[in-house]
Amino acid sequence: MANVELRSKRPLSPHLTVFRRYVNMVMSILHRVTGAANYFAILLPVAWLVAAASGGDIFAFVNGLFATPLGLLVLFGASWSVIHHALGGIRHFIWDAGRGFSIPTVIKLSWATIILSLVLTVALWVFVMIVHGGL
Amino acid sequence: MTDYRTDLSRVRGLGSAKSGTEHFWMQRVTSLAVLILFPFLFYSVIYLAGKPLADVQEYFSSPLIATLAILLIALLAHHMRLGMQVIIEDYVHTNSRKLTLLMLNIFFSTFVGAAGVISIIKLSLGA
Repeated sequence: MANVELRSKRPLSPHLTVFRRYVNMVMSILHRVTGAANYFAILLPVAWLVAAASGGDIFAFVNGLFATPLGLLVLFGASWSVIHHALGGIRHFIWDAGRGFSIPTVIKLSWATIILSLVLTVALWVFVMIVHGGL
Repeated sequence: MTDYRTDLSRVRGLGSAKSGTEHFWMQRVTSLAVLILFPFLFYSVIYLAGKPLADVQEYFSSPLIATLAILLIALLAHHMRLGMQVIIEDYVHTNSRKLTLLMLNIFFSTFVGAAGVISIIKLSLGA
């Protein structure tokens, strides 16, 4: 395929400017965005694992970073991103199985994805706080 | 319409990229495997959050826990490599930039997987 810079600057057909923001469209975009975010956010648990394997001082440092308000905020966002991406993935599996293609079902599944992602994220953090008696 | 495919390519049925549905299939398989391991991930996170190092080492000293954790990080590393490959192929069309990013993706994903697996092995075998 020819290098893009060699081609003339032909106009693109409009996309974001013409389609109404349906929830399924937003969920689809979020699935990719959360996937990309997770790609980098996985460095958080990996850094934690490497620190744990490296020993006391480094581990205490990383744990300390995670416990700061900013650290907790980042972890909260990252956990939501992982859960949302996983739920979106389940939606894709339903479609892979050939089901759930009717428009009302698509809309329902999309709303379920975002609502359930928030519910599960909060539930996860509530569990963590219960087990550890606070943040 | 004349079919210009060679006999070998027609019988292999893998298409012009030569890998057929491999990418699609592996993405599905790794997704499902990670989804199955999700309860383990939740349990581990809830258990390990804020715990001291001794507790963490004891947690990973169990061979079953270590196995599940290693599988999870290795599968995630592969899943994220396949996913990012699609994103790069979708948006980057300058050849030099695309090839560089595709290689960086492979390097980064492999590093993440290796770091995770080796750390878990080290934790599991004890300090």
